[in-house]
Amino acid sequence: MIALTHSYFMALRLLRQLLRQPWWIALTLAQPVIWLVFYGQLFKGVANLPGFQATSYITFLTPGIVTMSALFSSGWSGMGILRDLDFGVMDRFLVSPVSRVAIIAGRLLHLAFTTVVQSSILITLGFVLGARYPGGIGGIVVLIGCAVLVGVSFGALSNALALTMRKMESVIGAVNFILLPMTFLSSILMANTLMPPWIRKVSLVNPVNWAVEAGRTAISGSPDWTAVLIRVACITTFALGCGWVATRAFRSYQRSA
Amino acid sequence: MNNSQGAGTAIETLDLVKTYPGNVRALDGISFSVQAGTIFGLLGPNGAGKSTTIKILTTLSRPDSGLARVGGYDVLRDAERVRLSIGCVAQKSGVDMESTGRENLTLQGQLYGIRGSELKRRVGELLDRFFLSEAADLVARTYSGGMQRKLDIAIGLIHQPQVLFLDEPTTGLDPESRADLWEEIARLSKDGLTILLTTHYLEEADRLAERLAIVDRGKVVVEGTPEGLKAELRGDSVEIDFAESPDESVVQQSLERIEILRDVVVNGPVMHARADHGASAVPLMLSALETCGVKVASVKVARPTLDDVYLRHTGRTFRQAEGGNS
Repeated sequence: MIALTHSYFMALRLLRQLLRQPWWIALTLAQPVIWLVFYGQLFKGVANLPGFQATSYITFLTPGIVTMSALFSSGWSGMGILRDLDFGVMDRFLVSPVSRVAIIAGRLLHLAFTTVVQSSILITLGFVLGARYPGGIGGIVVLIGCAVLVGVSFGALSNALALTMRKMESVIGAVNFILLPMTFLSSILMANTLMPPWIRKVSLVNPVNWAVEAGRTAISGSPDWTAVLIRVACITTFALGCGWVATRAFRSYQRSA
Repeated sequence: MNNSQGAGTAIETLDLVKTYPGNVRALDGISFSVQAGTIFGLLGPNGAGKSTTIKILTTLSRPDSGLARVGGYDVLRDAERVRLSIGCVAQKSGVDMESTGRENLTLQGQLYGIRGSELKRRVGELLDRFFLSEAADLVARTYSGGMQRKLDIAIGLIHQPQVLFLDEPTTGLDPESRADLWEEIARLSKDGLTILLTTHYLEEADRLAERLAIVDRGKVVVEGTPEGLKAELRGDSVEIDFAESPDESVVQQSLERIEILRDVVVNGPVMHARADHGASAVPLMLSALETCGVKVASVKVARPTLDDVYLRHTGRTFRQAEGGNS
């Protein structure tokens, strides 16, 4: 209970910090919008390729970009921890009786919230651009839920990286190294029926791909709920694993003091 | 409270040892105790082990061996209770620069379980007390160094702790803010708070600490009141600058015969000594040095300072230690 309350207070702090940087919000939103508008238009014809099963490319692309944005904005979450380490804010928290779990969980809660807002904006924009969601509200909720799970997972990993490396340059390098392959080795931009076989195989074990596939299926006309459920279960397990890794990294940070 | 030193002891350390990776021995058996309601100073150059001591006492770091108690609670076994009874102002600050002063204080209060109108009242009081009310709703990034430090202290006091740790509180402040903060710290102590202050400013320790321990290379080399430590030295300090670094043994030999002279220490082109009566020792010293052909550039005679106490117990001046260790 204390851990939950403390996580909430910690998340509020981060949210207030975010709201003080309207330019940052605009920039983080601009990127997915560019993908949806420009990339969506440029590759419109892909939907006509034989074997591409979606009705239109924008309908196909929107859940992909929703997931990708969750991945990218949470991937940088560790930078915030680095700043707290540098400014002594982390030590100030550790000297206080704050629940240790809340220091990480607060960040993840904050990420979950921002992912919900970001996803809702992108889903709306996708609709304006012509994407359709026959799966209805239920499907959209599942899609957002999957994006949140991706955000929380990679947010936790990013925090773990920051707590382990403790150097901004190293964290930037590592995060960059992870994010793009995660994107390209999934069906975010291209249907898996049209992928080269080796990428299709790799994408089977890519948690980002599980989330995109589950979200995309959920918003389709006649979703295969068993497939959705299996993937949601997988990505949930992955998220829990990432949370565990972050907790371990945090403990080893504490021990090194 | 059930510690051996009685109810009046707020902080107690015994033989604390801490070694960092790479065999850096930060603490080499540090022991001291602090009376409740007093200001205790840990004085030493950078790297002497002061911050490590504070980290252990505030539960941030674990000692390799030894005992540390705060408010009667063991910092390892009762970390949670220790945390509730202490406030800490770390050297590195702890202010969240992207939040306002009020938000910083409010969050800290929430983490200690203070809520609602009680929290509002505490935050308001502290903002007033540290003259931060006007800037309360500006982000801390815009504060001056002095204001940030005050906010740091206010954050440390939100839950009315019994013990406050101040790690180098005035480092990096301009002289005016420093004097300002000294007054504030003295006032806090009058309210009954126990304060452990670390500093590498001799003047600060002299002004604020009721008792102090001089720390060098992870050990307490001497402990006492600033007055007592200075009085132990008896007599004046004599400092001579040479025109060029002389042969140490020559200087020692030439001065040996002057009976009123003690504690002769030669460090390169400077020498320090003590004399019951500085004014009568100087002519004797000058003539003895001249006979040996040692050229003197300048002579200074002064009442003993903490610097002399430091020199007496560590064999180097404070300034040399700072230069060598930082």
